Amino acid sequence: MENRLYTRITRQVYSARGSLVFVKSIPGISYGELVELDVDGEVRLGQVVDVSQDVTIIQIFGSSLGITPGKTAIRVRGERLSIPVSVDMLGRVFNGLAQPLDGGPPVVPEEYADIHGEPLNPALREPPSEFIETGVSVIDAMFTLVRGQKLPIFSGSGLPHNKIAMQIVRQARVRGKEESFAVVFGAVGVTFEEAMYFLDELRKMGAIDRTAAFLAPAASPTVEKLALPRTALTVAEYLAWKQGMHVLVILTDMTNYCESLREISAAREEVPGRRGYPGYMYTDLATMYERAGRVQGRRGSVTIMPILTMPDDDITHPIPDLTGYITEGQIVLSRDLWRKGVYPPVDVFLSLSRMMKEGIGPGKTREDHSAVFGQIYRAYAEGQRLREIIAIVGTESLTDRDRKYLEFTDAFETKFINQSEYERRSIERTLDLAWELLSILPEEELAIREELIKKYHPKYRS
Amino acid sequence: MSSRLGRIYRIAGPLVVAEGLESPRMYEVVYVGGEGLIGEIIAIRGEKVYIQVYEETTGLTVGERVEATGRLLSAELGPGLIGTIYDGLQRPEIEIGKLTGDIFIKRGVRVNSLDRSRKWVFNRSSGVKIGEKVSEGDVLGSIQETPILEHKVMVPPGVKGVIEWIADSGEYTVEETVAVISTGEAKIEVKLHQVWPVRVPRPYREKLTPSEPLITGKRVIDLVFPIAKGGKAAIPGGFGTGKTVLLQSLTRWGHADVAIFVGCGERGNEMADALKSFRELFDVRRGRPMMERSVFIANTSNMPVAARETSVLLGATIGEYFRDMGYNVLLVADSTSRWAEAMREISGRMEEMPGEEGFPAYLASRLADFYERAGRVTALGDPQRTGSLTIFGSVSPPGGDFSEPVTRNTLRYIQALYALDYDLATRRHFPAISWLMSYSLYVDFVKEYLNEVSGGKWYEYRNLFLKILQREAELLDIVRLVGPETLPEEDKLLLEVAKMIKEGFLQQSEYDLNDAYSSLEKGFLIMEAILEFYNTSLKLVRSGVPVFKIRELKSPYLIYRFKLYPLDEARNLYNMFRETFKKEVEELMGGTHGE
Repeated sequence: MENRLYTRITRQVYSARGSLVFVKSIPGISYGELVELDVDGEVRLGQVVDVSQDVTIIQIFGSSLGITPGKTAIRVRGERLSIPVSVDMLGRVFNGLAQPLDGGPPVVPEEYADIHGEPLNPALREPPSEFIETGVSVIDAMFTLVRGQKLPIFSGSGLPHNKIAMQIVRQARVRGKEESFAVVFGAVGVTFEEAMYFLDELRKMGAIDRTAAFLAPAASPTVEKLALPRTALTVAEYLAWKQGMHVLVILTDMTNYCESLREISAAREEVPGRRGYPGYMYTDLATMYERAGRVQGRRGSVTIMPILTMPDDDITHPIPDLTGYITEGQIVLSRDLWRKGVYPPVDVFLSLSRMMKEGIGPGKTREDHSAVFGQIYRAYAEGQRLREIIAIVGTESLTDRDRKYLEFTDAFETKFINQSEYERRSIERTLDLAWELLSILPEEELAIREELIKKYHPKYRS
Repeated sequence: MSSRLGRIYRIAGPLVVAEGLESPRMYEVVYVGGEGLIGEIIAIRGEKVYIQVYEETTGLTVGERVEATGRLLSAELGPGLIGTIYDGLQRPEIEIGKLTGDIFIKRGVRVNSLDRSRKWVFNRSSGVKIGEKVSEGDVLGSIQETPILEHKVMVPPGVKGVIEWIADSGEYTVEETVAVISTGEAKIEVKLHQVWPVRVPRPYREKLTPSEPLITGKRVIDLVFPIAKGGKAAIPGGFGTGKTVLLQSLTRWGHADVAIFVGCGERGNEMADALKSFRELFDVRRGRPMMERSVFIANTSNMPVAARETSVLLGATIGEYFRDMGYNVLLVADSTSRWAEAMREISGRMEEMPGEEGFPAYLASRLADFYERAGRVTALGDPQRTGSLTIFGSVSPPGGDFSEPVTRNTLRYIQALYALDYDLATRRHFPAISWLMSYSLYVDFVKEYLNEVSGGKWYEYRNLFLKILQREAELLDIVRLVGPETLPEEDKLLLEVAKMIKEGFLQQSEYDLNDAYSSLEKGFLIMEAILEFYNTSLKLVRSGVPVFKIRELKSPYLIYRFKLYPLDEARNLYNMFRETFKKEVEELMGGTHGE
């Protein structure tokens, strides 16, 4: 045994590049294992990312500053990258490796979990169908979020995605049920100011006790940024599947995560895919986002809301593009609407919730939800079309009907989409508001079943 | 072949390099490491053997054992396939869950593909007797696998001889022998199941030209860009264009005896949703749950990437097996891009010379091999049977850009293209199949069939529809520049008709059960009504009636509602339309004459 311990140390570093260190293989070292690097007395962690008989490639969590061939000692720890998990993590703030940042004591683990997780058995999943009321009209009415869904916010720099995320955390609830819920918040590569904003907001809303926060600010080591979302999701999975909680995971800003992924890929001299991002980025993101879901016969759920900023507001950029292929829809923010002073500036035409049809209707939201959604969508689209025509030929040839549609479209933006950051609208209020706006339109243009019109149209109510 | 041992030399993600293996064979199955992870030899370079491992490789150590089995990666084919949800290695996922008692897929789990304990009622074919000569593909008996599927027990490919013993009708498990065939040199035991390597296409007697359409229940496919039984088609589309919804719908409603859905590198929640709907929904033609004719392969995006390739090939192998029984099989693979990405990842780790965008140079030939497994064939053996395997593969082009390598290479091997259009999707025009970009080279093959069921008119009507839509696209360019008012009246009418074609015919709701599946008859009825409206209105316009007057008519709006009703009610609506339209036209003519 002593002999074995002895052989599990090497000082033979061949080369170091970025966060990668190439060393002589230690017998018995395994793929994916954790190692310790002793750099002038300071211990840094690393992970084995490629191992052959002769050479082992180690990715370091931290900088390669000071690594010296012949001097730096590398020790095998014989374990994978796992973190302690516990319900006591709620109310605490950690770094990307689940080490406390808040000055509090270390977590007493209920168990250890590998941050990479394992794939949920697809045959044991329960299709998500429970409506989450966010209190934000445009989301609840048009891009309904359901428990177990992964629904990202595609934003741009300078847009109010953080406020929207915090509003959702503050207001989200499943109605008629008092169940234990938790928020897991992960911030990757954000600025110090942003990180503080989130923590302040969580504190202010009194949700901090139900929140486990993970922060890896912009200056953190690249590899820690890569570990952070997985750490956060591992805690979320523990709370959901072992503790029966409904967990909402907010991850921001996933663009920073993808940049880190590209950085490491380049350091490993991998063949790049589109725009230099590694070809496996789809799979890498999928292994995280697919951790959302519900499971047959289990309480608890994991709902993921990642936030990413689209470089140059370009939705075809690989990051939003690949994300959109993985997630169940997307909420896209519009710079135009934001400039017009609309909050939340949600681009109705680019946004989508793929799980919506499962989560709405009688018993879940209201019987008229689907019809109202279809109608406001079509009317808003018609209004946009008319706006384009006006831009070409002016307002003269507009008919009465056209003017009504334009009136609707303006009201839709300023009264329906637009709402205060602290305003919570119930789904009934949201749908009633939609009806008020629809009453601007000629009644015969409504493609809604008559009995619903009679029941909900303001003209027949009161 | 006996097993041989080697040891791990290198581990890099899903790629493991081994050395010391005696006479390794390409594509041979190997068990890697102490846990026996399943892998396949994909390259041999001198002493080094490259293994693609189908399970997570974390924790493997240099020097661990590698055991070569001499077998090729194979599928178990027999009763029990239908209604099962498999992973990419043909492990039944529900069984994995039961065995491990966990909600996660653990690695290294070994489960039989077909239930070993279940007894099946075998009915021996009447003509089959001891002493009879039989050869590959001959049907020895059958099993009622589900109320709507009779599973044929066939002599396995490559076997020819005299029946030495045959089991009586009765209950047997998949492992029990039901016949012994003496080939002269050996005695072959025929069991209720066969084993077939997934990379090798199953043999058939003769490939036939396609002649019959595979009805999908989607008007834009069946009546505009038809797919033939045994055809191969691609469905490329960016995210949010409704690819998965369309593919699931094809699997659900397509007129196939067996439908196979391969979820390859896609979403778990959608898979769960599809499984639920297949249990709950009933096949329109046979009134039975759709699960009774379906096989699922669910290798979601978070499962090991290398198994994406096997999931697609496994689907094709199971498809061919049912084809050989004389069935029309529909295979849907969602998404082939994820498979291509897996190839790229493995190729990169092997440090192969990359082709375009990092994809390996053999991407094209792999895609060709897959799509070529589609076809309509005369199966081997007696009684004579014709079966088909139709393949729909979805493609997920990055940024919705169809010029990327996977889409471009796929186009070389398919005969029908259903291009999903982002603009149509944002306008909520579903299925978002672009009529300008899509095509079907099966039109001429199935023309006779479709003409026959439509009184000889289909081909003409279809071409007219496409002409109108093409003209509309040109006109819309003009409208965008100068507005609609400057167009001549005939063109304004054409825009109205094009709108009718789009909204009343091409668009189909997946969530309205009357509309989700549309019979040929109903589709044709709508075509007929639209063209009747067009021809009559054209006469009106030519005699000086302005289009806005025609727009005011009530009866044409009935056409938009045909699709929302079952066929007989749609027929009533059609008659109502004809009657009231005639009246309205007469009034209109009277009105204009009176002015």
